[in-house]
Amino acid sequence: MRLEPRADRPLAILIGYPVAAIAASVIFCALLVMLSDVSPFSVLWLIFKGAAGSQFAFLETLTRATPLIFTGLAVAVAFRAKLWNIGAEAQLYAGAVMTVVFGTGFLPLPQPILIPVLMAAAMFGGALMLSVPTFLKTRFGVDEVVTTLLLNFVAVLFVSMLLEGLLKDPMALGWPQSRKVIPEAQLPKLVEGRRLHLGFVIAILAAIMVWFIDRKSALGYEMRAVGHNPKAASFAGIPVNSVLAKTALLSGGLAGLAGMSEVAGLRGNLTLDLSPGFGYTGIVVAMLALLHPMGVIAAAIFVAAVFVGADAMSRSAGVPSYIAHVMVAVSLLSMVTAVMMTRYRMRWR
Amino acid sequence: MTGQEAGEREIVLKLSGITKRFGPLTANDAISLSLGRGEIVGLLGENGAGKTTLMNILFGHYVAEAGEIEIEGKPLPPGSPAAAIAAGIGMVHQHFTLADNLTVLDNIVLGTESFWSLSSDRARARKRIRELGQTFGLEVDPDATVATLSVGERQRVAILKALYREAKILILDEPTAVLTPQESVSLFNTLKRFVAKGLSIIFISHKLNEILAACQRVAVLRAGQLVAERDTAGVTRAELAQLMVGRNIPQAKAEAQQPGGIVLRLEHVSVRKGSRHLDDISLELRAGEILGIAGVSGNGQSLLADVVGGVVAPSQGTMAVDGAELRDLSPRVMVAKGVARIPEDRHAEGLIGDMTVTENLISESYRASRFGGRGLIDWTKARVFAKKIIADYAVKCPSPEAPVRLLSGGNMQKLILGRVMANTPRVVLANQPTRGLDVGAIGYVHEQLLAARKRSAAILLISEDLDELLSLADRISVIHRGQLSESMARADVTIQRLGLMMAGQGFDTGSTADAA
Repeated sequence: MRLEPRADRPLAILIGYPVAAIAASVIFCALLVMLSDVSPFSVLWLIFKGAAGSQFAFLETLTRATPLIFTGLAVAVAFRAKLWNIGAEAQLYAGAVMTVVFGTGFLPLPQPILIPVLMAAAMFGGALMLSVPTFLKTRFGVDEVVTTLLLNFVAVLFVSMLLEGLLKDPMALGWPQSRKVIPEAQLPKLVEGRRLHLGFVIAILAAIMVWFIDRKSALGYEMRAVGHNPKAASFAGIPVNSVLAKTALLSGGLAGLAGMSEVAGLRGNLTLDLSPGFGYTGIVVAMLALLHPMGVIAAAIFVAAVFVGADAMSRSAGVPSYIAHVMVAVSLLSMVTAVMMTRYRMRWR
Repeated sequence: MTGQEAGEREIVLKLSGITKRFGPLTANDAISLSLGRGEIVGLLGENGAGKTTLMNILFGHYVAEAGEIEIEGKPLPPGSPAAAIAAGIGMVHQHFTLADNLTVLDNIVLGTESFWSLSSDRARARKRIRELGQTFGLEVDPDATVATLSVGERQRVAILKALYREAKILILDEPTAVLTPQESVSLFNTLKRFVAKGLSIIFISHKLNEILAACQRVAVLRAGQLVAERDTAGVTRAELAQLMVGRNIPQAKAEAQQPGGIVLRLEHVSVRKGSRHLDDISLELRAGEILGIAGVSGNGQSLLADVVGGVVAPSQGTMAVDGAELRDLSPRVMVAKGVARIPEDRHAEGLIGDMTVTENLISESYRASRFGGRGLIDWTKARVFAKKIIADYAVKCPSPEAPVRLLSGGNMQKLILGRVMANTPRVVLANQPTRGLDVGAIGYVHEQLLAARKRSAAILLISEDLDELLSLADRISVIHRGQLSESMARADVTIQRLGLMMAGQGFDTGSTADAA
């Protein structure tokens, strides 16, 4: 078997392959489900119902998608410039720490002012977190995959230290958690009595902003050029290192917003289980979206739906909700394969 | 038809009806070719004529849609380089596939050793390499590290590697591209010794002189078809050129012209980057003249181009455009100073293959106010600009939105010419501007350079093609191990003299910089 590059890529292939990839992952998971003697159709139906079967379910899915949109955008922005940011998790926690530092009464400001301030602080925290590995990369050639990945563990341990010390809530009966943010710092709920909050709208706006930067601005052009061919970009006069630094600020800032949105919109305080791996799942989301900012919204909702739906399904069908991880993982693998197949043609012999 | 000579010889290799398509392109169209024992057959054709595809099919890298290969009467299974090697085919690539950090011995035995090889095997291998070297006049120290060898020596290692694997049929892909004229002659003599010992050789080239000097028979490929087979004894250069291109080529001719004032001046420029270095280079370039830089590849041409292009800042010495010394060198500064830069490698440096024609055309000027300014890009204006360049420079592309990687090499070069020439540059830096182009595109590039000369641009032409330098340049300097010779007027230059200088004659050999 061999691969040959395709000379042209008809639209049918560009759309058909990714759709086929999602279908393939659903079929694969249905086969897995059959191993536990449950009808795959009822399981798929229960997942669907759990994710979008009611207003409550659907809003839960969107709530879960919110941090994934932020981290997905963060990863997409960085990966487009071939800055391999595996550290969205660390940047998310950096954003959350900033939110708690400034949002628990330290700045007694009215809500319309405090929320933008907290957003800026969270973006600064996330941006700083990614700037260090990026500086090491551009200055000393240190591989950012390693540094950003390892910083995830450093960040979580650092947060753990803060929660046992400086930021510990004295009223929490010894639990390692921060104080609650003040009411002025909370993101308003979008629907009365539901968990979906303003963070979702901010995430959508962030996606539109990223799309605008990518398509219309000189910076977006520079980021793409650096990503596709840094040598040619540099030869043409694009300052590669400075573009990478700006990319790091944007990417880290977006991941920092994920932390702010979770703390100020959902949890109210900072705990060590703030993120069940949103930073890593952001990589999956970005790859599923083929690094397109608008695709990130769809991919984040898809991934969130699978997780939320699988939780609901496991409660009623007794199939472990780990099936969600399998489904997301398989869909990623099929998507990556599908993307390759849009560029190459398979030849047998 | 097959020359008579092949009829008398025992046929060692027979290709019949080889056809290979890539999408709509037919790279090889029913090509039949045979090679006799002890024969050197030249495979002549322009870039893109299908020479490399044919050899890749022979070596098993590609599988042909139709056709058969027979070696000494036995069919060769398609698609298996291992089978091709076992059948006695040895390939020497233009860019030698050697590991620099290993010794000659290691490079040669690499891939032939079994997992449990013993040191006695190595002793035997060393002995065999020595013997092969003596038999074929390819003596190289088996224990030298490849990185310390000259290009000519590396080529010997690459050939030895094939011989060590008991190759009976050698394929040499553009073997002279990295050699001085004198080294080429010595290679041709070596090849004659090979065939005297019963080897057979396919010699791939697009240079007519070499084919005539080295081969007994020549097969001419054009656009995927075998258009002629001739004995070199009875064929002329002009006839071959005609066959290769399919039409007559008008040669671009430089008209005599008085140069103007000095536009670009380099004074005592030295720089070192890894193993590449320039030592105390000074040059002056006047308006309306072409200064040619000759040299064997890898003697500092690319570093000189990087300095003039603003990619590498010299560690010592100064560079001035129009008398103003340049500080804080960067590509942007050079573009702003009106230096048009045509890079050596279109794919790696010149263009971004996955971006569109429009995006590539504005890569040096996207921040200009005519494309929006204030950090934004007005793509409507960019597209209008792109359409104008596409029309003015006759670029063949599906649309301004097509990714550049779909374009042919010639059209890529036109795109780069359009990008850099559109704002009437003061200086043109052309580094190997015609490498890998077909004859039509070469002519176009030459025309453009001469047109810029006529508009009194100062042109620095770095080229490994001596014919190109001799037909275009007003003055020629030779670069050797990072040093640049005084320039000579074209009238005073001969190929022989250039060849000797390219090999180092007349240069300060006290330089120790190349020892590593």
